[in-house]
Amino acid sequence: MRKPVSAFAVHAVLALYTALALFPIILVIMNSFKAKRAIFNTPLTPPMPWNFDPIGYSKVFGDSAIATYYMNSITVTVGTIFLTLLFGAMAAWALTEYKFRWNTALAIFLSIGIMVPIRLGSVSIIQLVSDLNLINTLTALILVYVAQNLPLAVFILSEFIQQIPRDLREAGRCDGLSEYNIFFYIILPLLRPAMATVAVFTMIPVWNDLWFPLLLAPTGGKQTITLGVQQFLGQYITDWNAVLAALSTAIIPVLVLYVIFSRQLIRGLTSGAVK
Amino acid sequence: MADVKIGNLHKSYGTVEVLKDINLQVEDGAFVVLVGPSGCGKSTLLRSIAGLEPITSGAISIGGRNVSDLAPAQREIAMVFQSYALYPHMNVENNMAFGLKFAGVPKAEIADRVNEAARILQLEPLLKRRPRELSGGQRQRVAIGRAIVRHPKVFLFDEPLSNLDAALRINTRVEIARLHKLLKATIVYVTHDQVEAMTLADKIVVMNKGRVEQVGKPLELYYRPANLFVARFIGSPAMNTLAATLDGKGKAAAVAGVSLPLPAAVSGTGEITIGFRPEHCSIGKTGIPARVELVERLGETGYVHARTADGAALLVEVKGDPGLAQGAEVRVAPAAGHLHLFDGEGVRLAGT
Ligand SMILES: Nc1ncnc2c1ncn2[C@@H]1O[C@H](COP(=O)(O)OP(=O)(O)OP(=O)(O)O)[C@@H](O)[C@H]1O
Ligand SMILES: [Mg+2]
Repeated sequence: MRKPVSAFAVHAVLALYTALALFPIILVIMNSFKAKRAIFNTPLTPPMPWNFDPIGYSKVFGDSAIATYYMNSITVTVGTIFLTLLFGAMAAWALTEYKFRWNTALAIFLSIGIMVPIRLGSVSIIQLVSDLNLINTLTALILVYVAQNLPLAVFILSEFIQQIPRDLREAGRCDGLSEYNIFFYIILPLLRPAMATVAVFTMIPVWNDLWFPLLLAPTGGKQTITLGVQQFLGQYITDWNAVLAALSTAIIPVLVLYVIFSRQLIRGLTSGAVK
Repeated sequence: MADVKIGNLHKSYGTVEVLKDINLQVEDGAFVVLVGPSGCGKSTLLRSIAGLEPITSGAISIGGRNVSDLAPAQREIAMVFQSYALYPHMNVENNMAFGLKFAGVPKAEIADRVNEAARILQLEPLLKRRPRELSGGQRQRVAIGRAIVRHPKVFLFDEPLSNLDAALRINTRVEIARLHKLLKATIVYVTHDQVEAMTLADKIVVMNKGRVEQVGKPLELYYRPANLFVARFIGSPAMNTLAATLDGKGKAAAVAGVSLPLPAAVSGTGEITIGFRPEHCSIGKTGIPARVELVERLGETGYVHARTADGAALLVEVKGDPGLAQGAEVRVAPAAGHLHLFDGEGVRLAGT
């Protein structure tokens, strides 16, 4: 039996950590509803009738470009998640299930991808993207993000695939399924928890990234929301209401995605792949 | 249903030869059991028949059709795995119907076949459950059901009962025997449980180190093992074996200093091995001298563990309590007609 004291201690630490993590977010959301003066004078007071001012939100929603930036971010994130999971799972399956000539070399190559930050290659990526005429397109961002996330996805998914009993795949073969059908109808459903894990690890850095949007899609209405918010940050004047409102609303889509994945995620973290 | 013919089958993993020149015939409707020690290649042979392992050379034909290069699904076999291998994300009904859907069987017929299998295996109340909501025995029945619905030409079982507890194992064994009669199916069945092999098989194939040692009816293997390996492997507890010397006249063999009369005329001289089963010998006034080491009393029967002066172990089955103590000097006499003779290579002597 665990002593209640230690359980209490664990929860105290967790609560402290949660508070620490949530504090800035709550601060941003609180202040996004306040008048500019109140933001600076009393940053820690919650929005009250006397300091309430939705001007930031009306600016953000009034600005049609911002809506486009949202859609851009969502498209890039969802596209990246989808392609990373699909190709990651397929590659992981191929690398674990089939023996072919370059199997080991390929696996090592991918694990190097985990260790080397993709930003080191920024210059050649810009060159490549510009040669492909993909500057200022969402395609460029999605391609780069998929490349960035694929190695870790393959690595994590391989671990899970290895835990799927061999008999299950062979039962599929005896049942007359093609290799693709085995993958799509037996392996993928069993990988759901693992894929949720990968999805969460993938989506947050992609959603928050400023680097590649700045390099590859800085203009032409293809900015992501993190980049789009910058328009409210001026060298001399910053529209804090708008910045805070934009940041607050930017939390919502990731939150929704997280809720979608979280049930599976927790199963993935606690259970291993398949019993 | 169909017969299975395996000719000169070899299988290697890299440089390791796991199956060496296997030749085997399984008649239409026969129940063939593969037995052998762990690692002898039983599963590999079964998986080769299923098409899950590519073979190195040789040929496998099912129902007169050479299937050596066909995919598992095209061989019209069904395999029941030791781990059951039920799809965890599908309920019982879909587990059974899954393969049929991909084979393009019409919906109505799928339902018919699934219902029939469910009826035969008493799975009807469980059709909507997921595998994890089933007991081991129920999962086993679903695995068999999934094989039945495919109407395969050959059923392949790889140690299907080894995950069940003792009581359930007996029930399921009887069940499988009943199914075999009902479906008139050709079955190849791997086990290392002797009782399963003896009770289920029309024909037992004893394997050792990738070779087939002997093929025969259960009692044939018991009464006339073709070599020392089979002699020691079949029967529980195992057969007693002792080194002996032929007297050259074919009348007797010298064992541990005494001369044992031989059943039939055996020609030749030299070193041989004699064998007799614990249930085919008795403790008496004549026979091989030995010293009692341990007496096990199991109730109706008992076992006397003894050792000869040369250090060879002997086991004798006795009725009731033999009234012997540890250290007692006894003589063990093999029953007439139950003495097995093997030459220097361990092969049964001709004419015995
Ligand atoms: N993929 C593989 N690569 C290399 N060797 C293998 C492979 N699979 C099996 N073997 C070897 O082949 C031999 C036969 O294995 P197999 O599984 O057929 O044994 P078995 O008779 O079924 O044993 P058990 O009763 O323990 O199931 C073993 O020595 C094993 O080490
Ligand atoms: Mg095996």
